[in-house]
Formats: sequence, C-alpha cells, structure tokens
Amino acid sequence: MDVYLPIANLAVNGLVIVLLGLVTGILSGIFGVGGGFLTTPLLIFYGIPPTVAAASAATQVTGASVSGVMAHGRNKGVDYQIGLVIVAGGMLGALLGAGLFTLLRSVGQIDTVINILYVILLGTIGSLMLREALQSLGLVPKASGRALRRHHPWIAALPYRWRFYASGLYISPIAPLILGIVVGTLTMLMGVGGGFIMVPAMLYILGMSAKVVVGTSLFNILFITMLVTMVHALTTRAVDIVLAGLLLIGSVTGAQLGTRVAQFAKPEHLRLSLALVVLSIALVMVYGLAVQPSEVYSVVPL
Amino acid sequence: MRSALAFLMALLVAVPCAAQGRDPVLVPDVSEHRIVLRQGFTGADLLLFGALLDPAGGRARGDYDIVVVLKGPAQPIRLREKERWFGIWINADSTAYRSVPSFYALASSRPVADIVDERTAAIYELGLPWLQLSPTGSIEPEEQARFSAGLVDLRERQGLYAQYEGGVEVSEGVLYRARLPIPSNVIPGRYVAETFAIIDGRVVTSATSEVEVVKEGVSGRIATEAEDASFFYGLFAIGLSLFMGWAASRLFTLV
Repeated sequence: MDVYLPIANLAVNGLVIVLLGLVTGILSGIFGVGGGFLTTPLLIFYGIPPTVAAASAATQVTGASVSGVMAHGRNKGVDYQIGLVIVAGGMLGALLGAGLFTLLRSVGQIDTVINILYVILLGTIGSLMLREALQSLGLVPKASGRALRRHHPWIAALPYRWRFYASGLYISPIAPLILGIVVGTLTMLMGVGGGFIMVPAMLYILGMSAKVVVGTSLFNILFITMLVTMVHALTTRAVDIVLAGLLLIGSVTGAQLGTRVAQFAKPEHLRLSLALVVLSIALVMVYGLAVQPSEVYSVVPL
Repeated sequence: MRSALAFLMALLVAVPCAAQGRDPVLVPDVSEHRIVLRQGFTGADLLLFGALLDPAGGRARGDYDIVVVLKGPAQPIRLREKERWFGIWINADSTAYRSVPSFYALASSRPVADIVDERTAAIYELGLPWLQLSPTGSIEPEEQARFSAGLVDLRERQGLYAQYEGGVEVSEGVLYRARLPIPSNVIPGRYVAETFAIIDGRVVTSATSEVEVVKEGVSGRIATEAEDASFFYGLFAIGLSLFMGWAASRLFTLV
C-alpha cells in the first residue's frame, strides 16, 4: 500500500507505518510511555526527514495517550490533581525547550545533543529500574542498612504541602511542577512524550502510588504533545498529517491492547520489561554514536 | 498520443524556420509537461525524445551524440560533515551553497568522457563531477571538492542525482529517446530538460523543454494549508489525534 506523504515529500509503504504505530501503541498502553522514543528514530531510519518525524510522532503520541488516559481513567488510574500541576510545569518546559531547540539547530548540534541525552537518561533510568525490578522479584538481595523511604529527602524538605489523595501523597506541589518543567523541556528537545522519564520519576522520586503512575503520566503526555504539535505546526511546519494519521491508526489500537495486558501482568514483570526495553535502546544509541554513520554528510535548507 | 501529435506539429513548424542556419536543428519534447504529486504517487518515468534534422529538413549527419539533462529547482543549502570526536560522531565542518539543483539526471548515448573533453563537460555541466555548486564564503579548493563529492554521493543514494550513460537510444540517426526515472521524493517546482547534440566533441545545438512538478488534490491541499493556515492546521492535527484516540477507546469498550 503506497502512500504519498505531502509534507515529508516522499512515498512510503503505509502498512509499515501502521505496524510501527501498533508496536509503539502497545508499549504506551502497557508502560505509560508515549512510544515517541521508538517512533522518531525508526521513522528517521525509514528515510523520513528528522524534523517531520519528530513533529508527526508528537501528534501520534497525543492519540495514543488519549485512548490510554481514557482506559486508565475508567480504572481510576489517573490522579488529575497532581497531573494538572505537572502539566503546568510541562508547558513552561516545552516553551523553554523550543528556545533551546532553535539554538542547537542553528549550530548544527541538535542531533548529537538528542542522542547523548537519550544515552544518559535511558542508561541511568534503565539501570535503576532494572536493579529495583530484580530486587522486588527477589532475584537480587535488597541493599541493606538503608531504611525504605517513600520519596526523596529533598522532596520532603520543600514547603507548602498539598494532599494528593489519588497518589496517596502529602508533598509540596513544587516537586511535581519541577518534574513537569524538566519533562516538558526534554519533550520539545527530543521529540518524545517523556513518559520514560516521568514514570520512574513519579515512582522513585515523588513516591506516587504505582496504581496511578501510568495513567497520570499518560495524562501529562497528552497535554504536552498537544502543545508540541502546535509549536511544530507554527514554527517548523513539519507536521505531516498523513504520516500522523497512519501512525495513529496503529497506535490507538495498540494502546487499547496494551492497557489490557497491563491489567493482567504483574507490575514487577512490567517494570522489569520496561527496564530492559529502555536499556536496549540506550545501547543502540551508544552504538549509533560510536560507529561511523552511514551518512557522514547531511543537508539542511537555508 | 497527444504529445506525439504535438511533436509532429513542432517538427513541421521548426524545420522551415531554421532552414537558413548551417547547424542541425534539434526538436525535443517530453512525454509529460506536468508531473502531479498526489496521493499514491510513487515516482514516474519521464520520456525525453525528439529528432535531429539538418537545416534542409533531411536526416542529419549520423555520427552525433545526444546528452539530455533534467534539472530540478535550485535551493540554497548548508551541508554538514560528521567527524569523529572523542569516540563519537558529531557534526563538525559545514559549508553553505547558494544554489544547488534539487534534482539532476543525465542520460547520454555514450559515456560522457567519450563524447566531450573535460572543458566542454564543465561548461555545459555534463555529468555529476561537473555540477556547478556555487559554495559561498572562502573555502579551500580541496575541502570544497570533498564537500561537493559528499553532497553528490548523498543525493545519488537518495535517487535525486543520477547519471545514465548509454541511456539515450538513437534510432535511424534521426530520432532519439531517453527514459529518466523521477523518484517520489522530488520537490515541486519548475524542472528544465536540456538536450545537447554533440558532434566531434562540440555542442552543435541544444534545446530546452520544461516540466512542471506540482502537488495537487488532497496532498496539495495539505501542503498549502500547512504553510498558509498553520494555526488551524495544527488544531486540525490535534483534533484528529484526539478524535482517533477517543474513537478507539469507545470502540474497545464495546468489544
């Protein structure tokens, strides 16, 4: 099935794109990550210009998270209160990220920065999650001598505490706000939803109840990607609606399937598999930075 | 059929007009003057054909060569080069070009090197090595050569630059034809097909015809809306994704 993409200016096999959407959709439903970190590099590998890939992937993630948020919302898996605080921070971060993006692109280092960020973030988060998942499965002995704590001491030190009932938290809103700013900046820079950073941060830094983490993360991704789509539509004009539509067909279906899987699987197993997915992507990225790229030259329009 | 008729008409008109000159007359045409980038477009084959006649209207000398060149709209670009730096590959040097053809395809009846000498090839830009890429700013000749070779290589692998030596068929010493594949990743704009007739390494005559590449239908509409009404286009994209996510969610609760 050949489809011509009007903004990317080339023809692609529509089925490949739909399948790609399906895979990222399933991931997004299971883990609450947007799947953008998988879509964008794969689209670029398929020959779609990087800006078009990042912009259209953001649009796709919106759709995938809408159906995810609805599915989790029905199961009372979204904490709207803390979600709105993170969204507010995320919007500030997205605008900050847009400025950084333009700056880095003009000096030609945006790709390298994105790749290095991927490696550092995915590498650390992946290994932390892997250790934690193995510990909770009893495969690795727990670190002894340290008391278990709900959230990071810095979080507890922040003033003005609010009660977030759904998350079972009594913390300062400044903490989720800062998380939102960080995630929003990274979203705009890396063209991804940021779920893979948000989920572990909610679990291990804020100490949110695991029941609402995935749904709340998707809730935030939904708003951030909507904003990112708009920023791209206005500035880079690289949102390809045909490409996004094809990705959406796959990913909204996948998201529904993924949510069902998430309800039956054990949370420890889910965390272990997400840790493995995240670590393998980090390794692929390291490899990509270290070997000679297939294209040494790249063209940017002036 | 229509283009064949048009070609015959052109032949009738062109031959008496040029009858005074001594050089042969080239009557070129292309199979399509308009290539439409619409839904389902996966590339096209453009047929460039024509005839070479002597001014008296008869058959021209039989020992000529034909070179056809199709060029896409020129663009200003910056070309970046990756280099190894502390073990990782990052963009290092870059150079800017004022106008680089977005598309270049050449077909010739024999290898270009056998038809003309280097000087002539450079003057008429016959072949990828002779493409005039107009770099801006001062840059060392060696470095410029390296960058230009990198650009040509990149675009060759993208299918945007191509050279088909032996791709022109000459029949009966009068008619010639060449088929140039147009990939789906061409940009819209005015493409110029130039045909050169060469005898003894000298370009005796040349003629151009134009091909318009346009976006039409749904694809054209999307491309213009994205440019002209970007805010509403963005809203539409967000709306579409929200609707599809919602619809899937509804659908699955029914199942």
